[in-house]
Amino acid sequence: MSFNYDQYIRGGKLPHIWCPGCTYGIVFKSLLRAVDSLKIPKDDIALVSGIGCASRLPGYVDWNTLHTTHGRALPFATGLKMSRPDKKVLVVSGDGDATAIGGNHFIHACRRNIDITVIVLNNFIYGMTGGQHSPTTPIGHIATTMPYGNVDPIFNIPELAKGAGASWVGRGTAYHVPALDKLIVEAMQHKGLSVLEIINACPTTHGRRNKFKSPTDMLLWMKDSFLPITAFGKLPPEKTAGKLPTGVLFKKEAPEFCDTYYGMVERLKKQKEKGA
Amino acid sequence: MGTLKLLQGNEACAEGALYAGCTFFAGYPITPATEVAEYLARKLPFIGGVILQMEDEIASVGAIIGASLAGRKSMTATSGPGFSLKQENLGFGMLCEVPCVVIDVMRGGPSTGVPTGPSQSDIMQCKWGTHGDHPVICLAPAYVQEIFSETVRAFNLAEKYRTPVILVYDEVVGHMREKIEIPEKGVLPVENRRRPTCPPSEYKPFDETKGDVPPVADFFSGYRQHITGLNHASDGFPVNASPRIHTDEQRLIRKVEGNRKDIIRYETVMLDDAEVAVFAYGVSGRSGKNAVELARDEGIKAGLFRPLTIWPFPEEEVAALASRVRAIVVPELSLGQIIYEVDRCAKGKCKVEGIFRVDGDPITPTQILDKIKEVK
Amino acid sequence: MANVQVTTAEKIEATENPEVKISIIPRFCKGCEICVKLCPTQVLAMEMFLVKVIDIDKCNACMLCELRCPDFAIFVDKKIVDKKKTEEQEIPKGE
Repeated sequence: MSFNYDQYIRGGKLPHIWCPGCTYGIVFKSLLRAVDSLKIPKDDIALVSGIGCASRLPGYVDWNTLHTTHGRALPFATGLKMSRPDKKVLVVSGDGDATAIGGNHFIHACRRNIDITVIVLNNFIYGMTGGQHSPTTPIGHIATTMPYGNVDPIFNIPELAKGAGASWVGRGTAYHVPALDKLIVEAMQHKGLSVLEIINACPTTHGRRNKFKSPTDMLLWMKDSFLPITAFGKLPPEKTAGKLPTGVLFKKEAPEFCDTYYGMVERLKKQKEKGA
Repeated sequence: MGTLKLLQGNEACAEGALYAGCTFFAGYPITPATEVAEYLARKLPFIGGVILQMEDEIASVGAIIGASLAGRKSMTATSGPGFSLKQENLGFGMLCEVPCVVIDVMRGGPSTGVPTGPSQSDIMQCKWGTHGDHPVICLAPAYVQEIFSETVRAFNLAEKYRTPVILVYDEVVGHMREKIEIPEKGVLPVENRRRPTCPPSEYKPFDETKGDVPPVADFFSGYRQHITGLNHASDGFPVNASPRIHTDEQRLIRKVEGNRKDIIRYETVMLDDAEVAVFAYGVSGRSGKNAVELARDEGIKAGLFRPLTIWPFPEEEVAALASRVRAIVVPELSLGQIIYEVDRCAKGKCKVEGIFRVDGDPITPTQILDKIKEVK
Repeated sequence: MANVQVTTAEKIEATENPEVKISIIPRFCKGCEICVKLCPTQVLAMEMFLVKVIDIDKCNACMLCELRCPDFAIFVDKKIVDKKKTEEQEIPKGE
């Protein structure tokens, strides 16, 4: 095979727990390829997650992994990163975990612009608990807590991240796989808080209730509904209406939190030496 | 001779943390604990430490657990409302055996309560606050000097038993100023967690074959591991419906309950020949000490039992006490919490009477003296 | 439990095509049918809820089945066929 996944997967853990047709496995493989291309030693990465199907990812990977409480991956990750700013810290979280219960930590991590890569696996539902609607479930879709069609307004996760101060924001999908590898690499290489939303499918609790006949249909829906951001300038409006962009959606240069904090520490230490 | 300082209780707590080697504090402003964060905000940067004001109380305890997993000694400080918020992550720290220290400067409650008034009404929450079965170590200093030394002890117990340690005092003791002596380095013992010496491929984060308190590796130190809040096996990975869950939770409880002799500390005043005992901790213990002195002046054989460790509860000591006194008076700034433990351990061998006060002021020595006279 | 990994798991290999080999790990396949439905040349089909190669000659090694399999169940190896020699070599892993 063209890539050795075994070097990163903890022995005896496959087959993983995700359902048949769940696209998280596609993202998992893409993440491994992306990190491998960056040549980061396994001891130098931590992967932190909350609770949910997306949050099960860390258990499978042979890095320093931490599976915390629902919505709270970012504070734990902040503690790790501030203690070892020289190491790479990734957070993987689902749509509900990151933007509902974890919303406060999400916006503050963005505001802080701490060098953590936040990968939000958006499958538009609370999958692990059986299919309750989340802050991203499309309007009109059926969920167990919106059995007559969702009427609860939804987040645009990249807009939320950008508005809160994240300095790198991107979106990929489980259909557009080669582009996804590159997006994960760029999100990780960016110094600052990166938010990469990855569009995913939950055939079991979302697709089945919403007229998606198969996991493949959900992937094809991703293909149709998400276009590269470059296409939005070139195609006529009727071709892009109702679709969302993928790619690097926003980036800016901004002071990174570990740098500014430890810069302050150095300054204070020097002042003290001069004063003494 | 150490350094003499006039410090507030909260400041002494911060000094205790620094003495114990704390290099990470994360917290959120809350009366009456904020001074702990403010003091450390002035001091920690000079030693390369991290002081973070997080976005909320829940994030604070998450951050200190993350920092501890990276090898740092870490602490947070809060009061009742924040302590309630922290419970879920505290439970994570207990199940995943992460050393850290949580300060609760108790104030009037419930809800917003009386932010600037003392209370002792979080004491049962310290034991039972988080869901599930979990080990709890809770210390209760009453003097500013004691806040310093008990904070050092809290860090040592956290490292030694690989578990979060709660340290409680109330708003009065937290805000009062007393002269304290900060000893030179090396005078008070400072303990560090046991780290593994086996090859990384053999390391398991919860390896009970290495004892009730297994060694733990720092993240990024070459020992890769998986830490999860799901019940887990010795290798850290989740288990369902396994006898292992039962035996491992028993081990967690045993870590603390099986080491009572090491963890339990208390002070006794004139207790040897006492006919009436006062069981009191924190600010009530201070009043209790004065009350038994006043009682002795009036010829009443009263004595004080002042626990420094509330959890694990000094069951044997209280049971022994109950068999030789006529009554135990339990003053507490609550409507009756720790009195249930005293009563349970007394097993009916003596009267157990409480003095309860939740109006925002401490119980006075006179109130305790009156009760002593009533029950003797 | 045996330490089954991708390299050690039992595989069913379709090797008839000199230019490409498809390996399937039945233990990992969950029958989601993504590979079958998205193969542009209909190389694959489902049999007894697992994927199976039905026409390896149609495979042009686009790799999409391997890229889109969520379960590490299907892998595609391009082989270089040097027309001057009869030996076949696998394309070496890129750096």
